[in-house]
Amino acid sequence: MSNGSYKWIGTRPNRPDGADKVTGRARFGADFNMPGQLIGKVLRSPHAHARIRSIDTSAAAALPGVKAVVTAQDFPDQPNVVVPTGEMQVNLRDVTRNVMAREKALYEGHAVAAVAATTEAVARQALALIKVDYEVLPHVIDVEAAMKDDAPVLHDHLITEGVKPAPDKASNIAKRMDNVKGDVEAGFRQAEVVIERRYATQPVHQGYIEPHATLASAAEDGQVQIWSTTQGHFQVRGFCSRLLGVEASQIRVTPSEIGGGFGGKTVVYLEPVAMRLSQKTGKPVKMVMSREEVFRASGPAPGGTVAVKIGARRDGRIVAAECTVALQAGAFPGSPLGPACWTSFACYDIDNIKVVGFDVVSNRPKVAAYRAPGAPISAWAVESTLDILAQELGMDPIDLRLKNAAKKGTKTSYGPTFDTIGFVETLEAVKSSAHYRSPVKPGMARGVAAGFWFNVGADSSAAAHVAEDGTVTVISGNPDIGGSRASLALMAAEELGVDYDKVRPVIADTSSIGFNFVTGGSRVTFATGLAVVNSVKDMIRELKVRAAKTWKVDPEAVVWENGHARPAGSNVGEFEPLSLADLAASAGRTGGPINGHAQLNAQGAGPGFGVHVVDLAVDRDTGIVTIDRYTAAQDVGTAIHPSYVEGQLQGGVVQGVGWALNEEYIYNAKGKLDNPGFLDYRMPVASDLPMIETILVEVPNPHHPYGVRGVGEVPIVPPLAAVGNAVARATGVRMTDLPMSPPRLSAALDAATPRMAAE
Amino acid sequence: MMNDVRYMAPSTLDEAAGALAAANGAGRILAGGTDLLVQMRAGVVSPGVIIDVKKIAEMTTIEAVGGGFRIGAAVSGAVVGEHAALRQAWPGVVEAINLIGSKQIQGRASAGGNLCNASPAADSVPALVAAAATVTIHGPKGRREVPVEKIHAGPGRTTLERGEIVVSFTLPPRAPGSADAYLRLIPRTEMDIAVVGCGVNLTVQGGTCTSARVGLGAVAPTVLLVEDAAQALIGSRLDDKALDAAAAACRAVCKPINDKRGTIAYRTKIAGVLLKRATAIALERAGRH
Ligand SMILES: Cc1cc2nc3c(=O)[nH]c(=O)nc-3n(C[C@H](O)[C@H](O)[C@H](O)COP(=O)(O)OP(=O)(O)OC[C@H]3O[C@@H](n4cnc5c(N)ncnc54)[C@H](O)[C@@H]3O)c2cc1C
Repeated sequence: MSNGSYKWIGTRPNRPDGADKVTGRARFGADFNMPGQLIGKVLRSPHAHARIRSIDTSAAAALPGVKAVVTAQDFPDQPNVVVPTGEMQVNLRDVTRNVMAREKALYEGHAVAAVAATTEAVARQALALIKVDYEVLPHVIDVEAAMKDDAPVLHDHLITEGVKPAPDKASNIAKRMDNVKGDVEAGFRQAEVVIERRYATQPVHQGYIEPHATLASAAEDGQVQIWSTTQGHFQVRGFCSRLLGVEASQIRVTPSEIGGGFGGKTVVYLEPVAMRLSQKTGKPVKMVMSREEVFRASGPAPGGTVAVKIGARRDGRIVAAECTVALQAGAFPGSPLGPACWTSFACYDIDNIKVVGFDVVSNRPKVAAYRAPGAPISAWAVESTLDILAQELGMDPIDLRLKNAAKKGTKTSYGPTFDTIGFVETLEAVKSSAHYRSPVKPGMARGVAAGFWFNVGADSSAAAHVAEDGTVTVISGNPDIGGSRASLALMAAEELGVDYDKVRPVIADTSSIGFNFVTGGSRVTFATGLAVVNSVKDMIRELKVRAAKTWKVDPEAVVWENGHARPAGSNVGEFEPLSLADLAASAGRTGGPINGHAQLNAQGAGPGFGVHVVDLAVDRDTGIVTIDRYTAAQDVGTAIHPSYVEGQLQGGVVQGVGWALNEEYIYNAKGKLDNPGFLDYRMPVASDLPMIETILVEVPNPHHPYGVRGVGEVPIVPPLAAVGNAVARATGVRMTDLPMSPPRLSAALDAATPRMAAE
Repeated sequence: MMNDVRYMAPSTLDEAAGALAAANGAGRILAGGTDLLVQMRAGVVSPGVIIDVKKIAEMTTIEAVGGGFRIGAAVSGAVVGEHAALRQAWPGVVEAINLIGSKQIQGRASAGGNLCNASPAADSVPALVAAAATVTIHGPKGRREVPVEKIHAGPGRTTLERGEIVVSFTLPPRAPGSADAYLRLIPRTEMDIAVVGCGVNLTVQGGTCTSARVGLGAVAPTVLLVEDAAQALIGSRLDDKALDAAAAACRAVCKPINDKRGTIAYRTKIAGVLLKRATAIALERAGRH
């Protein structure tokens, strides 16, 4: 499938971390321990919304075995400053309040105090001895309720941004965003068909298997070491530095192997607390969340409502599109509103677009990034509406999308004009696929939907070192959540012309490599891959210098080919090629160790497009949906390691199907989460899905030497609507609110056919 | 929280019952532990003494007796599933026990634990109720025998007295033309808790249903024996009219709650749906006997 001229790129060798993972040798967050360590535990608010009048920690502190107790008093307050974290923006004033509640507890599960004790049992006893005097306040959980005039207000200072004139009264609407291209009113006047619907989705958790865990050790001289399961150890360093006023270079953060993150491990919860407890006690402090804490206190993706209106000509040409998106930010402002708005119509070349977005706070945990943050929510609405349009026009859903597909040169509603993209190729690949050409089986229906994600570049550093025997270490600084070490090693091997197993990729701690932005935004294979390629190029430049010295010729007279230095031509002289091992062996005489370095801010991340097809059956009596066949096609740039690209597509589909069918947060009347575990927070299990077929469409990104585009986020965007569209075609009932769980779907089917309910 | 717990594994029922009675409410029987250990880790129970019954032969064996079967209360699901004669005679009971958890859970989980944990959604119980199973109980005052449906008192509560242990289940002999079936509804395909569970046990002779029993789970505080549904089936040719009447009887006895696993309306509706589907499976199986 890949360009045939590559030797390593496009092959499927074992991942460098594979053996450790299958033998249990790999160390995850909770596997780090130090002699004399204490166990830290967090006291969490039992109330959805309460003012904290006072906290009495004296009885807890007096319990034998308790070494320290901290509350918000132990963390300096922070300025109202917004900093980027992964694909989202956070305000430091809010971050410190999310790490430890200050004036108010804003959701059930919000941290209000923490202890460090000699054992977990003592730590738990101590939590029970902390007396918090709460003034319980009225709470609000849902977006639309939170937007109402009489809703309980979470933050007295929150004045809606983006509205002119600025409101004079605080509300839960943190921000309004407007995004316009062309003139929608004029566009709708040309429309022969207009479809208008309102949709809603529930917040969903990233559902990583590994709970948050950290070990922090603060020494007497002020130096701090932290081990953590995170998608960005440089971000952990940055947050701990700012939140606790310690210089960044004094903090060394080592990432563990990571048992999933999906965006949810781009923020800090435990690390600043463990560090503060360690500073106070002078001992290492280990903290591990329970699954229940993960659900109650770590960030889900937002739920939201989306109203969509699309106008088209009878031939299928879309002339105007409009949507209004309102997203739950959780307890603090900052939902992925921008991406939700900008991605909404990004797949299509439409002259007239208007998008309005609202960022809304409510008494739920603060949202965090989750694969293509925001995009699945607007895609659920837009792609469902397009399906209704296709049915209305009697058009094949792929043809409708082809008719309107964005191409090179299409100007997006949010500004940029697309360079080379592969949406048309992806649609065509699906149209000619065995799956799409097969007849739909009796009792089944077929759904189609598309999805878009920008993909991200940003800051990366990398180094390449030649060992004395000529083997190579490639050092980068992004936790590997999707097989990135294998891809980095493949690109390094290709560039260098040596075998994959001669290249060992490692992930360095924050003190051992330059800055790297988080593993997120599908950026690592693209941006860090670019840094690795550049570091290898830098090393090759040095290798040529060493060969030139050996041969006593100019460095320009040396070329690097197939892992060897060779004379550039016969006029240079007759020299035997020098291998990496030869050059390494003589390095001491030619100038010392041979290394390469690179640092960059990667531009030109190529956007990705996905098109999914699903065949499913709906049990009309029970509302149970059974997925029979699923194909995910995507423009993946170049598939460096195709197995891990396929894995990304399959994983995104599974998470999207869970979002569509069963996942939801269930709150009781008091605002307490009723399903904080995998039994009742229903992510799909393996037996719920067939083997997911993938089609890798390779349209190389012109801004990367090997054509890499991010691939990890696009695949969670289409499944919600693909499933919904198939359900609608199977039953004649269009579900607008997620999840389409058996009780909800059954109720909707009964409402549509009253006879059945009576029967 | 796991505090200090004493563990013992006696080899006789007298010892086990004596220790359980002596523990004064702080003792717990351990069969497979797939409920007990989970509850201990969650801090829901913290027993002072754990009495493992897996060394008591009578509780860990399956015997054919008097045309029926005696299944030790601590026999694991996997062992039950491998018993060919039992599978042949009581496919519904076996499939209900085998639905519990996953492969790993099946290696441990027992029908006795499923019953005594007293969840209204316990999968094996509606099938055992439909099968007219009785349980043998051993306690400080000796032995008694009761119908399985008399064990549940409410969610998490049983009618067992202090020191009493469920020793075994007895399944009666089979008349020709008999078969059973169990169906549950879960939103996923496995690793979930029944929203509704329904066991149906039939005898069909010459196309007419001559006896029937129906057990319903997860629709009330305890697993229910639905006699009206059985009456609607008995004497019929299991035609649509009889099935509709039996489904209606199932819906009528439902006293479910609205919770995270389903609404009252949904559970009630599904009770009727599962009755019809389980009856169809049992009928098809009975035809093969
Ligand atoms: C991952 C997972 C999935 C599960 N899936 C299901 C499912 O699909 N369906 C379902 O119904 N359940 C399910 N369960 C619950 C559990 O596995 C079952 O209830 C199982 O049958 C319990 O049997 P056990 O032998 O493990 O019981 P134990 O945990 O050993 O005991 C359960 C309770 O009964 C008491 N007890 C046990 N035996 C006796 C006895 N002979 N006399 C008196 N008291 C006794 C114990 O003291 C304890 O209170 C699941 C559990 C897990 C962890």
